[in-house]
Amino acid sequence: MRRLSLLAVLAALLATPALAQEVPPLPKVSWSFQGPFGTFNEAALQRGFQVYKEVCSNCHSLNLVHYRDLAGIGLNEAEIKAVAASVQVPGGIDKQGKPFDRPGRPADAFRNPWPNPEAAIAVFGIQPPDLSLMANARVGGPTYIYALMNGFKKPPAGMKVLPGHYYNEYFPGHQIAMPPPLHAGVVTYADHTKATVPQMAHDVATFLDWAANPEMQARKQLGVHIVLFLVFLTGLTYAVKRKIWSDVH
Amino acid sequence: MVGLFKSEYKNPVVRWIDERMPIFTMMDKEYRNFPTPRNFNYFWNFGALALVNLIVMIGSGIFLAMFYTPNTSMAFGSVQRIMRDVNWGWLIRYIHMNGASMFFIVVYIHTFRGLYYGSYKRPRELLWILGVLILLLMMATAFMGYVLPWGQMSYWGATVITNLFSAFPFVGKSIVTWLWGGYSVGNATLNRFFSLHYLLPFVIFGVVFLHVVALHITGSNNPLGIDVKSKQDTVPFHPYYTIKDSVGLGVYLIVFACLVFFLPKILGDPLNFQQANPLQTPPDVVPEWYFLPFYAILRSIPNKLGGVVMMFTSVCVLFVIPWLDTSPVRSARFRPLFRPFILLLVVDVLVLGVVGAHPPVGSWILIGRLATTYYFLFFFVLMPVVGKFERPLPLPESISRPVLRGGGPLPAPSAGQPMEKP
Repeated sequence: MRRLSLLAVLAALLATPALAQEVPPLPKVSWSFQGPFGTFNEAALQRGFQVYKEVCSNCHSLNLVHYRDLAGIGLNEAEIKAVAASVQVPGGIDKQGKPFDRPGRPADAFRNPWPNPEAAIAVFGIQPPDLSLMANARVGGPTYIYALMNGFKKPPAGMKVLPGHYYNEYFPGHQIAMPPPLHAGVVTYADHTKATVPQMAHDVATFLDWAANPEMQARKQLGVHIVLFLVFLTGLTYAVKRKIWSDVH
Repeated sequence: MVGLFKSEYKNPVVRWIDERMPIFTMMDKEYRNFPTPRNFNYFWNFGALALVNLIVMIGSGIFLAMFYTPNTSMAFGSVQRIMRDVNWGWLIRYIHMNGASMFFIVVYIHTFRGLYYGSYKRPRELLWILGVLILLLMMATAFMGYVLPWGQMSYWGATVITNLFSAFPFVGKSIVTWLWGGYSVGNATLNRFFSLHYLLPFVIFGVVFLHVVALHITGSNNPLGIDVKSKQDTVPFHPYYTIKDSVGLGVYLIVFACLVFFLPKILGDPLNFQQANPLQTPPDVVPEWYFLPFYAILRSIPNKLGGVVMMFTSVCVLFVIPWLDTSPVRSARFRPLFRPFILLLVVDVLVLGVVGAHPPVGSWILIGRLATTYYFLFFFVLMPVVGKFERPLPLPESISRPVLRGGGPLPAPSAGQPMEKP
């Protein structure tokens, strides 16, 4: 009886309304890479890479990703070389003791848009975060990125947005230093997909999820084999166990 | 007595070794013929599973240490390099990361098994104490391991937990500075945590060995909690329990594999994918899930020193329960009053876990305090008192009696399943 009454008290307490939610719940978005069999959609990855390259990369670094890794989104060797060569990266010190730039190579990490954090802070007042692990580093992952890209709204009446900030529904505190990055048609997709804001947001979130989890497809594929094998092995072990114990029970 | 051991092995090489160091005879006695109660349920798998888990952690950890750099400016990057550029690095790291969670799942169930079936009672008090020591060492190891990837939660978790020691009067501040090796969590802290994180698993291994030695003196408890009375109550460990443990191992590996391959990040905190930043405090610092019940107890006590003392007490109370429990009956099956209380303790610890995951505001404070109260009420009041007033159910005469309804011929334990001698 005592147990029941205590549980009832706990249940009643849990049912009391939570504190007013600051941020609305994330929208329901479907991703091709959800679930144990989910895979990345290669076309979406390449579109997302285009959005990153043409829009995000002006301010956001992607330090942990190398140009060679782009094989994972389906680019071939020649394409990777071309992408890498299209940027200038620091090449070290020349014979006169001066730093110099050189065209990028597949082995290079993605070019950092800022020479140092101070340069970024001088422009935005804050350093735009590196995006390599963004899809893992926020609750909701890619869905959060998608929501944030679509979350720029007019501030509610009576709310003053700080100078240099923008109102975003999904950003904690609602005031974000990033101007709305995506506008319809800001990129022109090679595959003629219409570049609407939700489309680009979905593509770039897919790309960033790949950037954060490049091993995902290999992991799940191996996992399916290993789990199937273990289920078979455990079944076999259980049969042997029944046989061995048959003379005891 | 000086001279060669009288070995029964025929193989000349094995015999030569066994005469000088009878490990073959010992293994035979302790792991093949070892008489084990015949009525174990699957709860008795978890000791073996914990040993396997320890080996998995040490194995994967050694490989991670080959690539990890314990320096505040490189630690986060070196872990990411393991994930991206080291061959199979993501697999080894996800095994190690989720292996920690699996280890606590296994050990918490193993501990519950001991509590429910009274495995801590005479004559197994020392066996139990060694087990609690292993649990404490595991907690220290896991805490320091979580600091190593140097994410935001690593850094702030380390800061919050080490700061707890500052609650002690007079010496507190000095202890914290001594632990940190400086005036904040920094490179010196990371270096020593890495060193100790590598050392402690081997200490755990040593205590596990003693745990097993003690077990093989007293013998295992069993679901009925009554002593082994005759040979009919036991079966040889091999093949009966080697195969039963193998079934449990298979199920354990399936769960482990599902975590590693399909949900490797589900038990971690997203914030730890952000590099440690001493200038930016996260809105809510939360430890890993396996510490949440204790964290909830810490935050439920309105006084800092009181909270710290109660948190340590909540684990260390386990050391003395062989003397807190006054009932002579081991298994909760035959303790009608104790049984609902211990099952409620399980619910209570789960509730504390949920409370620990939430900031201490609103109704979470009250729930946390109620649950904390029950936790200590259980150990310090119910355990001693219930045993005095409870009327236990009648105990079975022997282990073999309730198992073998109607009797029948019994297999002789030694001839149960003859195995070839080498």
